[in-house]
Amino acid sequence: MIPILLHRIWQSVLVLFCIVTFCFFMMRMAPGGPFDQERALPPEIKKNIEAKYHLDEPLVKQYFRYVTDVFFRFDLGPSYKYPSRSVNEFIADGFPITVQLGFFSLLIAIVIGVGTGLVAALKQNTRWDYISMAIAMVGVSIPSFVLAPLLQLLISLKFGWLPVAGWDSFAHMILPSIALGTAYAASMARLTRGGMLEIVRQDFVRTARAKGLPEKIIIIRHMIKGGLLPVMTYLGPAAAFLMSGSLVIEKIFDIPGLGRHLINSALNRDYTMTLGMVIFFSVLVLIFNTAVDICYAFLDPRIKHE
Amino acid sequence: MNKDNLPPEIVLEAGTSLWKDAWYRLIRNRAAMVSGFFVIFLMLVAILAPWIAPYEFDAIHYEDIGVAPSLNYLFGADVLGRDLFTRCLHGLRISLAVGLVATSVSFIIGVTWGAVAGFIGGKVDSVMMRIVDVLYALPYMFFVIILMTIFGRNILLLFVALGAVQWLTMARIVRGQVMSLKHKEFVEAAYSIGARKRLIIFRHLIPNALGPIIVYTTLTIPHVILQEAFLSFLGLGVQAPMASLGSLASDGAQAMELYPWLIIFPGTILVLLLFAMNYLGDGLRDALDPRMKQ
Repeated sequence: MIPILLHRIWQSVLVLFCIVTFCFFMMRMAPGGPFDQERALPPEIKKNIEAKYHLDEPLVKQYFRYVTDVFFRFDLGPSYKYPSRSVNEFIADGFPITVQLGFFSLLIAIVIGVGTGLVAALKQNTRWDYISMAIAMVGVSIPSFVLAPLLQLLISLKFGWLPVAGWDSFAHMILPSIALGTAYAASMARLTRGGMLEIVRQDFVRTARAKGLPEKIIIIRHMIKGGLLPVMTYLGPAAAFLMSGSLVIEKIFDIPGLGRHLINSALNRDYTMTLGMVIFFSVLVLIFNTAVDICYAFLDPRIKHE
Repeated sequence: MNKDNLPPEIVLEAGTSLWKDAWYRLIRNRAAMVSGFFVIFLMLVAILAPWIAPYEFDAIHYEDIGVAPSLNYLFGADVLGRDLFTRCLHGLRISLAVGLVATSVSFIIGVTWGAVAGFIGGKVDSVMMRIVDVLYALPYMFFVIILMTIFGRNILLLFVALGAVQWLTMARIVRGQVMSLKHKEFVEAAYSIGARKRLIIFRHLIPNALGPIIVYTTLTIPHVILQEAFLSFLGLGVQAPMASLGSLASDGAQAMELYPWLIIFPGTILVLLLFAMNYLGDGLRDALDPRMKQ
């Protein structure tokens, strides 16, 4: 187990290094510097600013400075747009909120998605199966940014049951989490159903039936573990999608999380901020993927022996 | 092969081909057929948009700002007094174009990458697939965002960027197909009766690998359309006055309190389009790969 873990961590660091390098040079290739404004700055001021941010140094030197800052001091540098604050501070502000949103959405996705998928698979080719799969298909096809405004319109504005936007209380979290989680719930329902139906045909399930185990025990002890492997694999990419999905949801519900900063920085061409946010999101996704892989190895003994 | 050379007790039966079988299965799948016709209908509408649309897509009618749906404006007018029906038609056009172009890009990269890895095998294969594994772990949406930030919001770039991050699964599928088909019994059987390599490739390998490729391609189109809508919603996709279904939904979401139809119509069209395409893709999968049907 430990060698696998070390290998995975080493690989993630390598990937992260590639990401940092790629993003850095992409940003520097961008036409126009971050301080090009409509009214040109006096050359002396511009020079001062560039000296402050080390932009006057050779590119390679800047690159090494940035890489060592990121990897050894976890410092993502200052924001060009808001010079008084560092990117780290923005992340520290927004991250807890984004995590809450992501957690509740994922919870909704897993509970509703896996539940629906199990019902559909265990009642295959019945009305329950068809209805839940049709609903899941609608769920897969409704983009969160269409669902979210419709929920706001109906539940908040028309009936006034829940707050329209903001992030102050538990009530504020319900609509955003549903809007973000629905698509993943739908995907998980489809994956669960597929995985369970695959397992039903396995020999060990037939053996369990043959020795007369009650259906409930067969399902709980034998089928669920294997049947949920596809869902497990999906969790990694789902987390990545969820992160990018939270950009839209945060915008729609005016949630002060990370997504808003990323989008604003992209629109303002605040390069260090965009770069820092992307690196931070990548780290999150990498950590999540590694965790999922390790859980997967625990669940599926076939992988451990490879 | 000459029929007369066979021993008399063997009678060759006219089998149904893979594609004929698949076609019959597809026709019997009512949901997929309805979806298919609906997608074709939307495509025709999108192609004919400039002729169907009652107005220019950026024509502004100051006296009709925020008019509710009526005979003059089927879907109502937006906050600048532009006809929403016209804008939806043009938005549909852009969205479908993004879907097709980006999917083609991902198709070309993915099929080539996967086929090369699968055919050559060995070290080359493992290096190529490692790269795919690594890229798989990335939150690629952010890279598209970076690209759009840096190079401005150029629609052609958007097409290519979306396609360039979608090819990974395609590469995996194609590689898997090629690898497993290379060693299948029917391929060996074909070799053993003296079939030429070319015949085997064109008669056995390609048709058998094509099924999953077609299925995945069909499912990529709605995915890309969704991604483009996502970016446009964030203001990083197509630029005003051009519109895609995503940017229309975005504009609509901002004005929905006063003019709810501005979000309802583009949103519904987008959902219906994605829904139909997903159903069609599922139907194709069931038809082309009955092993996967459960």
